[in-house]
Amino acid sequence: MEVINITHSYDPAFVAEVEAESEQNVRLCYQCGNCTAGCPYNFAYDIPVSQIMRLSQTGQKDKVLGCKSIWICATCESCTTRCPNGIDVARIMDVLRHMARRYNYNTVPNVRSFVDAFLDSVEKHGRVFEMGLMANYMTKTRRFWTDADLGRKILPKGKISFKPHRIQGRDEVAKIFERYKEQQR
Amino acid sequence: MSEARTFGYYPGCSGMGTSMEYERSTRAVCEALGIKLVDLEDWSCCGSTPAHTVDHVLSAALSGRNLSIAESMGLDTIITPCPSCLTNLKTATHRMENPAFKQKVDALLDKPANNTVTVKSVLQVIYEDVGPETIRQQVVRPLSGLAVAPYYGCIMNRPPDVMQFDDPENPIAMDEILSALGADVVPFGLKVECCGASHGIAQKDVVTTLSGRLIELAYAENAMAMVAACPLCQMNLDLRQGQINAANKSRYNMPVFYYTQLIGLALGLPEKQLGFDKLAVNPDKVLRAIQEQSHVAQ
Ligand code: SF4
Ligand code: SF4
Repeated sequence: MEVINITHSYDPAFVAEVEAESEQNVRLCYQCGNCTAGCPYNFAYDIPVSQIMRLSQTGQKDKVLGCKSIWICATCESCTTRCPNGIDVARIMDVLRHMARRYNYNTVPNVRSFVDAFLDSVEKHGRVFEMGLMANYMTKTRRFWTDADLGRKILPKGKISFKPHRIQGRDEVAKIFERYKEQQR
Repeated sequence: MSEARTFGYYPGCSGMGTSMEYERSTRAVCEALGIKLVDLEDWSCCGSTPAHTVDHVLSAALSGRNLSIAESMGLDTIITPCPSCLTNLKTATHRMENPAFKQKVDALLDKPANNTVTVKSVLQVIYEDVGPETIRQQVVRPLSGLAVAPYYGCIMNRPPDVMQFDDPENPIAMDEILSALGADVVPFGLKVECCGASHGIAQKDVVTTLSGRLIELAYAENAMAMVAACPLCQMNLDLRQGQINAANKSRYNMPVFYYTQLIGLALGLPEKQLGFDKLAVNPDKVLRAIQEQSHVAQ
């Protein structure tokens, strides 16, 4: 088992940042493990969600933001629903992803690429354009074989459009992204 | 039929494509049940899961544009078939009750929303405003002999203080509606367990594991079909069933209906409006079995 010296690596600014952004008090967690017990993604995690809570309490920024779990969490809300202390754990997981982006951790690059491809599509067309999203994702990750088997099943059903559903207000949507990026600078 | 109730309608992006059969059957069923839908004019994407994993203010702004459209159309309630859209619209409304948060969202929008709109799922309105009893009276073709596993997905009812509908661990709205249609609802213990969500593309093994578990249990409970209320869940279970079989060395062949398709069928709506031909796992055998049963019953 890995031993962490928490006094050495305690980063109070990290704890404050997590708490401010998530509007949650991470110190309320008393490590009952309920969130981990119900987390359907535990089998795919490198650090279980209750341990992420503990590491967040103790300000272990690098451990937390560098883990894979925060990218794999699907926001299924099981942890939030079941936490006996009413902590919105899923919101904390979300905030940790935001911070991982900000501090340039990219532990599961495919997930990040998918998210980026999705939002590119919304920014450009106002709605998601599935075909374009897949093409963009494949270019970003160079995984050109992604879901090739599904194409054969779905194309004959006429469910995938070859053209984006452009909306009138796509400039308004683009402006939301523009202002957002402006603020990030 | 009782008087028509009017709601603003937010279809969601997948309704324009991969879940078009959900979209069509939703519209057909709402009309048959006296629920009048007014489409949100020029609605845009709510950001789905990707937006909230990047930034909560951005995510709320993408929902906010749509909430603001509803307000300018004079609508007080909007309903959506998609649980992901539902979550985003509801969470945005919920978080914007915090004035500091709302201010940040407003700064991204041409036209901020005033937080006057209530958001509900189509399922909630069918369950609460129409009700299983009324539906039962309208059934012309009971789904006798059809054993189904109702699958709600993870976020339709959770977290409870935001979603405010049904039970977060053991929801029953779909169960009761399906029973009213004459179907046999099997006990399904993984009603709200996650199917793997949007990881199908980037982390396929997650979906083949989690969705595989769901189908396995449906088989174990002797269900002939599963019933979903979410475009993403349905796609993982239905379209990806081949990938699930390949990964788990299973031989599942389980049709996965949208609950609206089954309501439409029992109400005797034209099958063309229900889009059974859009499903990946062919449901013909199951549909024929119901038909034969109802012939015997008559
Ligand atoms: S359920 Fe809540 S209190 Fe228990 S370990 Fe998880 S976050 Fe901590
Ligand atoms: S929201 Fe994330 S951490 Fe919480 S139970 Fe679901 S997958 Fe696990």
